[in-house]
Amino acid sequence: MRKKQRGNKGSMKRRYIFAYAILIAAVALLLILNIAIGSVRISPGDIWSIAIGKKTDVLMESILWQIRLPRAAAAAVLGGALALSGYLLQTFFHNPIAGPFVLGISSGAKLAVALVMIVFTREAVRVSSASMIAAAFAGALLSMCFVLLMARAVDKMSMLIVGGVMIGYICSAITDIAVTFADDADIVNLHNWSKGSFSGITWENVAVMSVTVFAASALIFLLAKPIGAYQLGEVYARNMGVNLRLLRILMVLLSSVLAACITAFAGPVSFVGIAVPHLVKRLLKTSKPILMIPACFLGGSVFCLMCDLLARTMFAPTEMSISTVTAVFGAPVVIAVLLRRKGGTG
Amino acid sequence: MADYSLHTERLSVGYNGRPVLERLDFGVNRGELVTLIGPNGAGKSTLLKSLAGQLAPVAGTAYIGKDALADISADALSRRLAVVFTERLRTELMTCRDVVATGRYPYTGRFGILSKEDRKKVAEAMELVQLNGLADADFQSISDGQRQRVMLARAICQETEIILLDEPTSYLDVKHKLEFLSLLQRMAREKKLSVIMSLHELDLAGKVSDKLVCIGKNGVERVGTPREVFVQGYISELFSITAGSFDEASYAMEPEAPKGAPEVFVLAGAGSGRETFRELQRKGIPFATGIIFESDLDYPVARALAANVVSAGACEHIGNKRLQRAKELAASCKRVICCRRDFAPWEPENRELYRELKKNFAALE
Repeated sequence: MRKKQRGNKGSMKRRYIFAYAILIAAVALLLILNIAIGSVRISPGDIWSIAIGKKTDVLMESILWQIRLPRAAAAAVLGGALALSGYLLQTFFHNPIAGPFVLGISSGAKLAVALVMIVFTREAVRVSSASMIAAAFAGALLSMCFVLLMARAVDKMSMLIVGGVMIGYICSAITDIAVTFADDADIVNLHNWSKGSFSGITWENVAVMSVTVFAASALIFLLAKPIGAYQLGEVYARNMGVNLRLLRILMVLLSSVLAACITAFAGPVSFVGIAVPHLVKRLLKTSKPILMIPACFLGGSVFCLMCDLLARTMFAPTEMSISTVTAVFGAPVVIAVLLRRKGGTG
Repeated sequence: MADYSLHTERLSVGYNGRPVLERLDFGVNRGELVTLIGPNGAGKSTLLKSLAGQLAPVAGTAYIGKDALADISADALSRRLAVVFTERLRTELMTCRDVVATGRYPYTGRFGILSKEDRKKVAEAMELVQLNGLADADFQSISDGQRQRVMLARAICQETEIILLDEPTSYLDVKHKLEFLSLLQRMAREKKLSVIMSLHELDLAGKVSDKLVCIGKNGVERVGTPREVFVQGYISELFSITAGSFDEASYAMEPEAPKGAPEVFVLAGAGSGRETFRELQRKGIPFATGIIFESDLDYPVARALAANVVSAGACEHIGNKRLQRAKELAASCKRVICCRRDFAPWEPENRELYRELKKNFAALE
């Protein structure tokens, strides 16, 4: 008996190592592909030469440094943030199809960012990355407040999602109105962004988003233990000595910061937040937060890097919006989750 | 007083400042198993939640040992008091061992990694509740009885002095009910744990508990040993039983007795008549019976179901008066059922009654 148990523990450990190895390898591979593939092909050999400063093809170098690398880095960082935000929200609401997009949190952030962009450009002030994040955070929190109020009133999880989708629609409608009355010059910018895209990311953007996202993610990782207790339900979490009030506030704030960060730089990106935690959970075969949190981040990076690559290259030179691609891969996962729940728990 | 592991002083519990139960005073000793009994909605769960520190009291104080509950930090409380409540766990991809291991939460470090010592305690707790074969099973895939034992193991490895349980046996079948309660008794006895729980099974509550706290419509009505609480008529009063009856002496329940004048006389005794009584009750036929000693197995059932019972005290002679009364009752009935042919030497009156009935009723059953 004892031997069997130990064997089982060992096999789980091997599984975790295997899963992490796959995720890390996939991130590395996709980063290289994202840099290499495009209208101008840069072979891995060229990338190497440029990286060590041997080759000096000015065009290639600027494409690599100024366009592809920041874009790929942004996709990796923001994808991770999105998946983690979704994981937190699913845990928070005990709801498997919660995520920043369906709950209207991304749309709230989008609305706030659109308003700030319009006002700032009218006043001819450059919009800094930090102020974009701040605006998106304010918008995300406002939406989150509505969602929380709703969660208090309805106890059915499907109703919460419907309510979240409605909040999303209202925010999008107001955004559209604002865009309609904005100056012509803003519209092009806004239009691209509001559909969701990783294009036009600068190194300054990457720096700001990385600091924000990594700080928030590190905090979430530190909360892994109480989050694990929270998964068992309020009564038991409280009995284990968890300060539920504080934990709840932190979870709301951190998931909002992450959702806001994505929206500020890439616009609303759908389905990553819902789908990735489920895929990662299947891969790891555990729901322990201490393993799930880093794995969700990596999984989100993989998912977004892959989707951005497809968005850029599938119908090149026309670029698709990132949400188009994430929906194609993410929505079936959500449907699968719903079907299994219905079959499993009745 | 100083020995209590948990006691209350004028504690009032309820929601939003509105008390459900007021001014409670009771104490639980170390190693004692205390059960809350009373009708639905009387406030048993509310009291348990308040004792667990999950619901702020409306007034008064609960003490864990000598410390007021409100002064104990959440972290310290988690090492002194564990709960098994009715909320069902919705785990995902967690084995039984994982769930039990969550009981070690108060003892692990920042990231909740289990030490060798923790793992040993988890294994011990699972062994205690006989769960070892299920350690690697998914918590969602096991039966209600097993799940409840997992939750108990979880509470055990939290290593507290007190365990609170809210209706822990509700979903269990009779085998698991008995196993679970026996286990709680053993825990209380051997580990000197104070166990406080609510139960709906009065018979079991009366048998396993060291002390009963009776919570009725007007708050805590009685606190005492089962012997003190299960006195004639009290349980019926506590639950305001109107249809059917609960016999405090035998812990047995019977449904409502048929109404009206007796139509059938049953000659019973020595445990021969119980099933006949119940058959008549199911058909709705009012009956009389006799002559039964109060120590007889038939007696509580007869008292609960018969329109008239002729009975004698356990150590009495039956006597002529009772015999006459039985004869009159039988004479007033249309039918007679005789459940026995053999009679003991100390009940010649029953033998006589039998002879008489045989003579008078052609269709003796």
